[in-house]
Amino acid sequence: MQFGLSESQEFLKDSARKFFAGECPSTEMRRLMETDTAYDAALWAKLADQGYTGIIFPEAYGGVGLGKVELMLLMEEAGRALLPGPFFSTVVVTGSILNVLSTPEHKEKYLAPICRGELRATVAILESSASWNVRDIRLSAANGKLTGEKLFVSDAAIADFILVVARNGVFVVDSNARGLKISPMSAMDLTRKLYVVEFNDTPAEKLGSTADLPRAFDIATAALAAELVGGMQRTLDITVEYAKTRKQFGKPIGMFQAVQHQCADMYLETESARSAVYYAGWALEENSPDAATAVSIAKMYASDAARTVGNRGIQIHGGMGFTWENDLHLYYRRAKASETAFGDATFHRERIASAVIDSDSVCSKSA
Amino acid sequence: MDLNLTVEESAFRDELRAWLAANVPKDWDQWREKPMEESFPYLRAWQQKLQEGRWAAVSWPKEYGGRSATLMQQAIFWEEMARVEAPPMANSLGLGLIGPTIIAYGTEAQKKRYIPKILSADEIWCQGFSEPNAGSDLAGLQTEARLESDYYIVNGQKIWTSYGWVGDWCELVVRTDATAPKHKGLTVLLVDMKSPGVEVRPLRQMTGESEFNELFFRDVRVPVENTLGKLNDGWNVAMSTLMYERGSYAARLHLIFKRYITRLIELSRTILRNGRPAAEDPLIRQKLAQCSAEIEIMRFNQMRAFSRITATGVPGPEGSIQKIFWSELNQRLQQVAQEILGSYGQLMAGDPHAIDKGLWSYAYLRSRGNTIEAGTSEVQRNIIGHFVLGLPRSY
Repeated sequence: MQFGLSESQEFLKDSARKFFAGECPSTEMRRLMETDTAYDAALWAKLADQGYTGIIFPEAYGGVGLGKVELMLLMEEAGRALLPGPFFSTVVVTGSILNVLSTPEHKEKYLAPICRGELRATVAILESSASWNVRDIRLSAANGKLTGEKLFVSDAAIADFILVVARNGVFVVDSNARGLKISPMSAMDLTRKLYVVEFNDTPAEKLGSTADLPRAFDIATAALAAELVGGMQRTLDITVEYAKTRKQFGKPIGMFQAVQHQCADMYLETESARSAVYYAGWALEENSPDAATAVSIAKMYASDAARTVGNRGIQIHGGMGFTWENDLHLYYRRAKASETAFGDATFHRERIASAVIDSDSVCSKSA
Repeated sequence: MDLNLTVEESAFRDELRAWLAANVPKDWDQWREKPMEESFPYLRAWQQKLQEGRWAAVSWPKEYGGRSATLMQQAIFWEEMARVEAPPMANSLGLGLIGPTIIAYGTEAQKKRYIPKILSADEIWCQGFSEPNAGSDLAGLQTEARLESDYYIVNGQKIWTSYGWVGDWCELVVRTDATAPKHKGLTVLLVDMKSPGVEVRPLRQMTGESEFNELFFRDVRVPVENTLGKLNDGWNVAMSTLMYERGSYAARLHLIFKRYITRLIELSRTILRNGRPAAEDPLIRQKLAQCSAEIEIMRFNQMRAFSRITATGVPGPEGSIQKIFWSELNQRLQQVAQEILGSYGQLMAGDPHAIDKGLWSYAYLRSRGNTIEAGTSEVQRNIIGHFVLGLPRSY
């Protein structure tokens, strides 16, 4: 048993960290978040050059064919850099759904261009109920047409196509389709923009059944938790650095236990979330029977921990932590958006509860 | 990353499982609620049985009667022991902490003299570390040893000594140089508890039991050859003992906690709350799920830490995470148990209405000690702050 990263996994993580530090430093991230879409074509081309846009997809469709643990590592580093734009929407969510439930023809048409970095895409899931339970979806396609409204759709304005989760299946809608209207929502996270997407007799092609969605959602959910871990790590690093250099009463504030112990808790929360995320990645990769529960454990813990780590980081920075100029609030905003996306901690605790209480087996397979 | 067992790990587990299936005592349930004084001969016999199969000290090198087990194998060992609800071993401190320290620091003569009797449980060991005025600040300890020709004369008091009442020998940390800086004037002595001048008193704790003792030393003569490691190098010797404490203890907790939560879930199906089973109450479900999840995360953290130790060779300060994590988790878990049990949660062993023979009231009270024993949560946070995060020392 080896719960550490292999040499090639370490290499991937390390090179991703360097890539994001070089191509998407804080200044670039801040420039992009001030734009309408937070998307940059040149940065996207570089992500594709690295193979990141096809990281977990089959080589047959131009992907790199790596595993879910590798996806966790990449998302962790993307989260550390607070990578703006549609990477999560396009590659992780849309790509995973296409990979899980579409036909080879549809994969050729939609997944392959994503892998090659040619197309951006997103998935429209939530409706006015804002429920992450797929059973609560009301929108339904009739005669190959959609009429209705989706909310909280990330990166819709720069998507070349949109997957739509409806009651009677998963559909694809072209961005130029008739009756499609996309309007921005004003939300907390500035690096991943949200939109209202309206359909009015809009042509939609069916890709597959919603029965196969949970697997794709689990991959996306774990990846989001991994991204949160990266954000927590960055928040911790910035905060520890500040606690070492900021002086009050003639001493670095990190010398005071009231501050130091909060940093220790941030470390504990970050490392524990990371353990849960790596395990979820491994369980997904192995198709382990406890994979869905492992994903919920990771998302549940990371959702709560990211908020707590953010709270502590801002508090330790004092007044500086409350300024626009400090990056902490940008991570804090993303953490709030990701906390609710794909189900918040309460949602996932109920999923864990139904696994451990309503069935007789307690969640994980023990060695 | 590969969480499947290796061939060697599976072989180790299978051999152990087969051995335990044939040898684990069936009557432990009748003994476990009796006072330790009564069950101790039983635990001694169980350890001897284990060592017949060479299972008492799997982490020890083969030449000393162990199996040179890897950390993963040690984790497997404790998991399997917990799985079959095996009794503890009589000489748990000797096997887990003091034996490894003697193997690391002892002379050949000391190893030959002490190691076999630790394994056979013929000599039970205890630890004389903490003092009334030296708890978290262990290096401030005051028990003094004065050299008189071939003997040290020891005077002082120790506290929180597990197994003191039954101990034949004690790993005792003493001050041998009062003029040196506090970490540099300490020495470890191996002390015969039957020496004149040693007095052992029980220390009654808030649960009502006496797991611990106070030790008093009045002009106790300890031969110079009973020094473990070098004179005035006792801090390093003692720290190495504590590393073993933090490293190996956590492995068995996962299954113990899992047993708690499984039982609690079972109880929540029959205990009513507002006229419905507690298991259907949304708030109780949230709390049970949170505890279940954290019990799993505790295990993931352990596996990651073990992998890191295997790669780097030594237990690191990251172990401090485990200590905080499990101790605080157990306190939260016991509080959830109390909420589910309601008024029944307060009933102590012996009360005819008590659920699970009073297990939950005991576990609730006992869990308060978890964040204090083996390094308080505050000390663990200092360790993370200073040694892991590189913040300036706060004390």
